[in-house]
Amino acid sequence: MSSRLFVATRKGLFRLDRKPSGWTIGEVSFLGDNVSMLLPDRRDGTLYAALALGHFGVKLRRSRDLGATWDELMTPAYPPLPEGAEPDKTPDGREWPQRVELLWSLEAGRDDQPGHLWCGTSPGGLFHSKDHGQSWELVRSLWDHPTRKGWFGGGYDWPGIHSICVNRGGVTVGISCGGLWHSTDEGATWEARTEGMYAEYMPPERRSDPSIQDPHRVVSCRAQPDALWTQHHNGLFRSKDGGKTWREVTSVKPSKFGFTIAVHPRDPETAWVVPAKKDEQRIPVDGKVVVARTRDGGASFTVLDKGLPQANAFDLTYRHGLDVDSTGDVLAFGTTTGSLWLSEDGGDSWQTLSNHLPPVYAVRFAEM
Amino acid sequence: MPRVTFTQHIARHIPCPTRDVDGRTVREALDAYFTAEPAVRGYVLDEQGVVRKHVVIFVDGNQTTDRTRLGDTVGEGSVIYVMQALSGG
Repeated sequence: MSSRLFVATRKGLFRLDRKPSGWTIGEVSFLGDNVSMLLPDRRDGTLYAALALGHFGVKLRRSRDLGATWDELMTPAYPPLPEGAEPDKTPDGREWPQRVELLWSLEAGRDDQPGHLWCGTSPGGLFHSKDHGQSWELVRSLWDHPTRKGWFGGGYDWPGIHSICVNRGGVTVGISCGGLWHSTDEGATWEARTEGMYAEYMPPERRSDPSIQDPHRVVSCRAQPDALWTQHHNGLFRSKDGGKTWREVTSVKPSKFGFTIAVHPRDPETAWVVPAKKDEQRIPVDGKVVVARTRDGGASFTVLDKGLPQANAFDLTYRHGLDVDSTGDVLAFGTTTGSLWLSEDGGDSWQTLSNHLPPVYAVRFAEM
Repeated sequence: MPRVTFTQHIARHIPCPTRDVDGRTVREALDAYFTAEPAVRGYVLDEQGVVRKHVVIFVDGNQTTDRTRLGDTVGEGSVIYVMQALSGG
């Protein structure tokens, strides 16, 4: 069972430790600063934190002592435009920024590639490091993909890579709104993997266009990485073949809208979502915070509410706001209104860790 | 020599001592400063060398006008102030 939980918020990074008396805040880093993402790298115990400083840009920090001290790393950066080159433009003529505006996803490479890291950004660039984040290279094959200029923002002004699944089968990235892409050759080439997804927010003739899908969050089962789940803007989808084909899961309740999803580390049939009232309001359905869990691959869902507020609650959980530990028993989720709940029984019951945190962007358990 | 000085707001993240540097434009002066303090560059300029959206630069009390090329001129006794814009929150 995990004994540490990291929580990235609008005003700092919080480390919670599990003690005999319960979960308590043990360390606060970057107090006052916007922490957009964190990565506890279970391969070597290193902790990475991505900052989005309001004035001074995005930064990347690394800690080898669980957040007690931090080093500044090279931040992923877009290469300079060639002399005389015009910036890329969107289909409606806006200039595409050639600068990192947000580090939105950060994932470790494969176990047999120590030091490899992947970073997804807004405005849509994927970066790869082979030296523990000391240096980064833009994955040009995806940035230069002919569909990229047609991607558009979902949640932010510009498209962003929020999900990166890395395993022996390759690298899969999820983009809002740019679809789902898979590479089997370390990012040299990419193929779209959205068959079965649909986009109600587009004109009918582009409903199935792979490059404009909005998978809010994509996760894979650690033990069976071909088992993927996606909380998409238009519903819940799962794939058993590494994303080649997707099937909509329609039994989820109380709604099919949401941002986050977690899958059990060993059982690909078990997954959790935090549903919300779509799309125009983005608040809990009927003011009740609930988690929905399936144990049968989406054939049915159980609505879990024990310990969660069931009236006048307006908490929203963002894409990275839910996590499950390596046992599959311990879960936590945080919200835009600063609540943080934790379960040690697979979601059957929840305890409140705080209702007073800054807005929560990401929660991650650490096996370190 | 022009003097480059920073808001303490940046110093919360990274040391940026006041320095006297060579330069006849803001670009030349800042380049000279960043040669001595390379880690400060990314806090002031983005990867394309443009002043970050929520950073402002003053020369002798006047806000600079060229945020892309940093071509505003500076004199021998000028003071360049690098500050946070309140638009950044």
